[in-house]
Amino acid sequence: MTVEGASRTGHAARALIYLVLLLFALFYLLPFGIMVINSLKPLSEITGGNMMALPRTWTLEPWRAAWSTAQIGVSPTGLAPYFWNSIKMAVPAVALSTIFGAVNGYVLTKWRFRGDTLIFGLMLFSCFIPFQIVLIPMARSLGILGLAGTTPGLVLVHFVYGIGFTTLYFRNYYAAFPTELVRAAMIDGAGFFRIFWRILLPSSGPIIAVSVIWQITNIWNDFLFGTSFADFDSQPVTVALNNLVNSSTGVKEYNVHFAGAIYAALPTLLVYVVAGRYFVRGLMSGSVKG
Amino acid sequence: MNAARHRPDRLTRLQSLVPGLMLAPSAALVLLFVYGFILFTIYLSFTDSRILPSYDWIGLENYSKLFRLSHWTTAVVNLGVFAALYMAFSTAIGLMLAIFLDQKIRGEGVLRPIYLYPMALSFIVTGTAWKWFLDPGIGLEHTMHLWGWESFRFGWIKDRDFAIYTVVIAAVWQTSGFVMAMFLAGLRGIDGEILKAAQMDGANSWNLYRRIILPQLRPAFLSAFVILAHLAVKSYDLVIALTGGGPGRATELPATFMYSYTFSRNQMGIGAASAVIMLMTIAAIMVPYLYAELREKKA
Repeated sequence: MTVEGASRTGHAARALIYLVLLLFALFYLLPFGIMVINSLKPLSEITGGNMMALPRTWTLEPWRAAWSTAQIGVSPTGLAPYFWNSIKMAVPAVALSTIFGAVNGYVLTKWRFRGDTLIFGLMLFSCFIPFQIVLIPMARSLGILGLAGTTPGLVLVHFVYGIGFTTLYFRNYYAAFPTELVRAAMIDGAGFFRIFWRILLPSSGPIIAVSVIWQITNIWNDFLFGTSFADFDSQPVTVALNNLVNSSTGVKEYNVHFAGAIYAALPTLLVYVVAGRYFVRGLMSGSVKG
Repeated sequence: MNAARHRPDRLTRLQSLVPGLMLAPSAALVLLFVYGFILFTIYLSFTDSRILPSYDWIGLENYSKLFRLSHWTTAVVNLGVFAALYMAFSTAIGLMLAIFLDQKIRGEGVLRPIYLYPMALSFIVTGTAWKWFLDPGIGLEHTMHLWGWESFRFGWIKDRDFAIYTVVIAAVWQTSGFVMAMFLAGLRGIDGEILKAAQMDGANSWNLYRRIILPQLRPAFLSAFVILAHLAVKSYDLVIALTGGGPGRATELPATFMYSYTFSRNQMGIGAASAVIMLMTIAAIMVPYLYAELREKKA
């Protein structure tokens, strides 16, 4: 009797658990999912209709408009040029910060010296500063360097403030790499670069993936630096999207806004779908060190 | 190090400099662009800088002005409300989902990525989605009316007293899945033998969690606290996209305050002072945490 009773409450409890899990799945899917559905409706169906309903007339017109004709700022260019700006900004910044992070991690674990923990600590803390603290001097410095309002300026900013995280990833990864192998290679006369190139780099695939994915996500999604340091012709897509959605002139074309938001989200979502495992690892090692 | 065994000729001495030389550019960049800039901003906070940096020292005047500004007080109070609720809900939801998912759930592999994907989105995208979802004229409230629930009201985003809670909802939506992942990793790291022993001693699942599992999740709790707290203080994009700080100043936060005082209102000295306060808040949380982490590793 007791066993049966226990298993019955067990069933009820399990049903409840599944229910809660499914409700939360709905909670996470709903806002974005509804946005996707409504980006495929003509505007009249959004303002006059039910957001939960499927489109009566399916249309890709909002997607076309968001990409190439929507009014952003003063010109009807669509998001396309800003999307390319984001790519031109993200690719070099991701590459630079990952390369430097790899070398730093290598030095900090295999060529240790007095004070290396202090240097690492300083780099680590730089991951967490509120960037408001560097906005004013950065704006001045970009002006002095002649990079104000340019994509190379944004590359520099994202590269510099990405070093902390990439160094953290590679340091933790290389710390677990057998130092004996490095020692043996040294005794055989291999130098700094040879050891890095031949011994560490070939087994660094996973951590390179983590670092690249983390940096792509962070840099692509950045808004603060973009809005602070970019000109009209170097704005990243997040800033352009915000301008599109919050422009106060004319009719609010919600369907175009939604299509625009999905364009802006697409690259990072794609990375997440293709390489979610590495994305999660990056998140975790940014929080739980070791 | 090992070079000492060989003849210390010029080449090996040069080689021993290579690691330092390779680290130096990064170290220099971080020292200049992070710590140099922090010092510069701190210095500006003691000057009468307006539209451009000025170097006339005025002591603590910016700080005393800042703390007398009702605009700043509003931003700080909002941050207090936002941070407390955001951290509490993200932790509670994250922990609950992690514990539930850890019950040998069918379809875990489908559910987990669904909970976590918002973390890959830009806050501007999140803000765009939620702004419209919460808009009473066209979003959830409107839909409920169409479905026949005429008395349904959900106009928080337009209400000065409640708008800050909509920021909490959107922020929790974005990061609670991440907290779930942290707790789930913690749960999966617990030694199964201990649990088996406790179950043999007759502990029911409630006691098992309260007495044995939750205490073992302490590191995950600490990490979640630190990450959420620093995200809360840094929150900027989401507010800009969701409410723009309004209605009125109802969702103004220190990060939006700093930006508007520095770049729109040309009160750079006060803006710098507010940035220093933000940095000190985060440092008070992060420095002890990072220090403990680095110390632990050495030992």
